[in-house]
Amino acid sequence: MTASINLRKLRKRLFSKTTFRGAVAITLVFAGWELGSRFKMPILGSIPPPSDVLSVLHRITADGRFWHHWLASFQRIFMGFIAAQLVGIPLGLAMAMSLATRRFLFPILEILRPIPPLAWVPTAIIFWPTTESSIAFVIFLGAFFTVVLNVIGGARSIDQRYVRAALSLGSRRRDIFWKIVLPATLPSIFIGMAVGMGITWEVVVAAEMIAGKSGLGYFTWASYVGGNYPQIIVGMLSIGIAGYVSSGLIRAVGKIATPWQRPL
Amino acid sequence: MDAATTLEVEGISKRFGKDTTAEPVLADCSFALETRKLTVLIGPSGCGKSTLINVIAGYEKPDAGAVRILGKPVAGPGADRLAVFQETALFPWMTTLQNVAYGPLVQRTRPREKVLEEAARLVDVVGLREFSDKYPSQLSGGMQRRAELARAMINEPTLMMLDEPFRGLDAMTRELMQEYFVRLYEERRLTVLFVSSEIDEAIFLADTLLVMSHRPGRIISRMAIDLPRPRLPSVLTSLEYLHYKSEALELLHAEAMKAFAAGSKAAADFVDAYAARDEGEPS
Repeated sequence: MTASINLRKLRKRLFSKTTFRGAVAITLVFAGWELGSRFKMPILGSIPPPSDVLSVLHRITADGRFWHHWLASFQRIFMGFIAAQLVGIPLGLAMAMSLATRRFLFPILEILRPIPPLAWVPTAIIFWPTTESSIAFVIFLGAFFTVVLNVIGGARSIDQRYVRAALSLGSRRRDIFWKIVLPATLPSIFIGMAVGMGITWEVVVAAEMIAGKSGLGYFTWASYVGGNYPQIIVGMLSIGIAGYVSSGLIRAVGKIATPWQRPL
Repeated sequence: MDAATTLEVEGISKRFGKDTTAEPVLADCSFALETRKLTVLIGPSGCGKSTLINVIAGYEKPDAGAVRILGKPVAGPGADRLAVFQETALFPWMTTLQNVAYGPLVQRTRPREKVLEEAARLVDVVGLREFSDKYPSQLSGGMQRRAELARAMINEPTLMMLDEPFRGLDAMTRELMQEYFVRLYEERRLTVLFVSSEIDEAIFLADTLLVMSHRPGRIISRMAIDLPRPRLPSVLTSLEYLHYKSEALELLHAEAMKAFAAGSKAAADFVDAYAARDEGEPS
């Protein structure tokens, strides 16, 4: 595909009905929020209006430190996230392929899974040598369980027709894994990754409370401690947007990696 | 029977589940196939045709009996006997060409370039050249079945099995596929075991017709279909054809009635009444 076609596609998508509807929804939310806040409506009245948030945002985006927080969070999230994939995907596949492995590890996994990342914070601090590694570990946990469960689910729900056909056509065990199980599981792997990515941003605040001095989670919490309310909103929205962008990236990679799922 | 018979099925019995008092799906089912002939296996629905195919393919183990290919007993799935089923088993993550080339590529018996060349040729033979880079989900039902035929044929299997492959296609496509398949068979003369539940399809395709009984399934009749080849759709209106059809229908009707009656008490009563009426009729 050439760049010119991509540009045309991009323009088409930017000015589509979908974009228009999304923009209208966002505008309506902001308008309601502004009015509710200005006229001191219950609940909304205690939140700073978006105009205040915007002026803070305007000031703050000129400040390099704000972008430094973005970068710091992105770095941590990608570290923890990639570690979760590197451990989670092979583990999930192993547990799906071998009953013995599954029986052995499943109980441990299911006991650890419900523990919220926030509850891991003290252990993470004690267990890991540096602050950064503790933070990355909490983020890792956020994505890890979702990834493992999605891989197991995906690999175990493969239609037996494919395995039978592959066996008939002369596949060895190795072929069954690399040419059947892995590609058949790929869509589930990417779903797990997209969901897991969302969770990592959910836990970033908890993770960066670990004596962090940077990051969007730290920024949000520090704004609360410092009593700068509009800045809390800036921090929250930043995490939201960062999460949206990262999940979008994963979905885009997933689309490229599983071309057969795209209707042409 | 000499050792070179393509397929020998001898005394196959198969029962599902652990309950040994349950009625078996197959009981002492035996037959042999003639090499390079198209044999159609026909029987009422639920008579165990698919189970039989699964046993021959090596996906299921029989409780008793043996399946031999060229005199050798089968132990598991193998590329010497390939099956095409009603539901497509093309790998969704591979293009048509990749699907067709899969067998010889994993068997590593031929060099890669040769395999891809042959795959492209076969994709052309089944009329899918323009779709060779499409994924199965982008093909119609008829195209998927043709791609599967190509994927099986590239392995030059000793035995090709087709289990109601054209079921679920619309009537027009189905007819075209039958005519296409007859032509393909007449050109290549593989040994084919074709499962059907439709009498017209069965006689139109077959050199030999095997009629299977209602559960427990076994072969109750073997009919040689001596219609001229190449088979053309015009054969469907010939007298010989109608003769074969009425003969087969008679056999099948009794079995179909048993299958129907097995469903419920009311159906059984209906069948009894039907039989009584038949007897009462002056002949």
